[in-house]
Amino acid sequence: MWRKLAVSLVIVPVLGLAACSSSGGRAPEPESNSAAGTVATTDRIKIAVITHAPPGDTFWDIIRKGAEEAAAKDNVELQYLGDPDGGRQSQLIEQAIDQGVDGIAVTLAKPDAMAGALKRASDAGISIVSLNAGEDRFKELGAFAHFGSDEKLAGEAAGEKLKAEGIKKPICVIQDQGHVGLEARCAGVKKVVPGTEVLYVQGTDMTQVESTTTAKLQADKQADAIIGLGAPITMTLLKAKATANSEVAVASFDMNSQLVGEITKGNVLFTVDQQPWLQGYMAVDSLWQNKRGGFTIGGGKATLTGPAIIDKAVAENITSFAEEGVR
Amino acid sequence: MSSITASPSHKKKSATTDERVGKKSTLSILLGRPEIGALVGAVALFIFFAIVAPVFLSPASLATVLYGASTIGIMAVGVSLLMIGGEFDLSTGVAVISSALSASLVSWYFGLNVWVGIVVALLVSMLIGFINGIILIKTKLPSFIVTLASFLMLTGLNLGLTRAIGGSVSSPSIANMEGFQSAKAVFASSVNIGGIEVKVTVFIWLAMVLIASWILLRTKVGNWIFAIGGDEKAARAVGVPVVRTKIGLFMAVGFCGWVLGMHNLFAFDSVQSGEGIGNEFLYIIAAVIGGCLLTGGYGSAIGGAIGAFIFGMANKGIVYAEWNPDWFKFFLGLMLLLATVVNIVVKKRAESSK
Repeated sequence: MWRKLAVSLVIVPVLGLAACSSSGGRAPEPESNSAAGTVATTDRIKIAVITHAPPGDTFWDIIRKGAEEAAAKDNVELQYLGDPDGGRQSQLIEQAIDQGVDGIAVTLAKPDAMAGALKRASDAGISIVSLNAGEDRFKELGAFAHFGSDEKLAGEAAGEKLKAEGIKKPICVIQDQGHVGLEARCAGVKKVVPGTEVLYVQGTDMTQVESTTTAKLQADKQADAIIGLGAPITMTLLKAKATANSEVAVASFDMNSQLVGEITKGNVLFTVDQQPWLQGYMAVDSLWQNKRGGFTIGGGKATLTGPAIIDKAVAENITSFAEEGVR
Repeated sequence: MSSITASPSHKKKSATTDERVGKKSTLSILLGRPEIGALVGAVALFIFFAIVAPVFLSPASLATVLYGASTIGIMAVGVSLLMIGGEFDLSTGVAVISSALSASLVSWYFGLNVWVGIVVALLVSMLIGFINGIILIKTKLPSFIVTLASFLMLTGLNLGLTRAIGGSVSSPSIANMEGFQSAKAVFASSVNIGGIEVKVTVFIWLAMVLIASWILLRTKVGNWIFAIGGDEKAARAVGVPVVRTKIGLFMAVGFCGWVLGMHNLFAFDSVQSGEGIGNEFLYIIAAVIGGCLLTGGYGSAIGGAIGAFIFGMANKGIVYAEWNPDWFKFFLGLMLLLATVVNIVVKKRAESSK
């Protein structure tokens, strides 16, 4: 009896709802791939991109897309690998050396952990560039170029923009306590707007992000702005703002298509973009350039891919790119 | 408290009465409940935060605390039952996300009404529980190993399938699809009580705690759960269907994961596939604070709820108190430790005074 009941409970609604949704859902496949086109005639080379990205992070997805597009154009066999643990990230470098890659692009979030493996790579004659993190250490570790944004500078840019909007007491929400880059962003904001306060939340659980932020907004009535350090976090801050019935302004770092939508609607003041697609693209492309003619881009200095401030005026122009997943 | 303990007999025990059949006083029965220590800890923590952070007492703040507690508490219901039945589940944190992802990806990919995705997600969640249970039974491995394996596999599946199907590591937004609004009303709306918006998860949580308590204390299945957690062989010898009960418990955990997964999906429109890792420990912590023994056979569903409430209070109270955020995790750990110590002290007192 119970089994029959259970089965009918499941089957009946499915039959009843078998109607398709007339709105939303997957869009039809685009006719041509944006990366398709003429491929470089140089010999096929192998490049490994090795990051400290935690799995399943939208920001790193954009970097990966940039790297994949460059690889497709430059006739490169791409290996995209990552591990948030410093020791295991350096083991990935060792493995890439063993596999005989032609170039390595690496993030230097934990430069000291990478030093030994990168030395081996240099000795083996493998070209190295760094991306995203490591602008002050890349040269001594043997990379010929670096592509990234200075996090402190990005924070200061956000601070200047907030100051221009008349914000005096923003809350800077850090989703990963002790993360050097995120702390640097908030420190940058605080340098320009001294009233800045930091709030730590657990970025791996959105319900906790929402409830903790709601609690903060209820407790701190003086706050006049709240800053999310990642696009999905900012989307959740908007919900917390609504729950707490708060009037604070919202600002953000990084991008995704939903965030661009909120900026065009005016619900988010602006976001600070470090253009991660460029970091992935340039890292792979510069390694190819190096193979092609021994070129080294950047003149021995870090090449900055940001900060780029995206406010309402800019957002309207890049909506389609954000939907494509490259911004 | 539960009605089963209500035997308000204050008859003085005569020396001739066998103490095993003699009736206990209501107070001593109350003190013998598994959740009593947690309850005292919760009250102490509540008073503490009410003093250091007056804003903590405002109705809106309490609603926020309850919401934070409910998102842990919903899973703690299933996890408590499972722990009383003598097993662990380490895959719960990511299983919540698996459920949310399957609902979202199925309805998005096929362009179906969102409710179809929700039903598919329920099947997926129950299936995960069923597979955990059947592997446990067939291999006789400890549940720690079995669910650790499924934790890792689900983490990989979440990432791999989401990227393969949706083309990105987060599921595409389904906010403009048919059925979304009605599903949001069920899983992620707010109820206005006297001007205060209380999230619907709070009520779902309380209902699930009541149902789980009823099953544990008033039904045959409840006795089976205590029996297999206490001594599996003895339980089998007296005719308890061990296999069915254990698989059922894992499926109940799957069901709880489905409820929370649907909340995550409809509260935030899209789900990042890397989320949920580490939350399994919060659910186990809530159950343990609430008096469930790590070895099984002892505990209660209400205890798990109180454990989740303690966690919610500590988590949010620190923010309301506006303490230096650098120390946040330290205070959180200290608070959990104190709550658990109070729990043990009270329980020991209660047992020695029996």
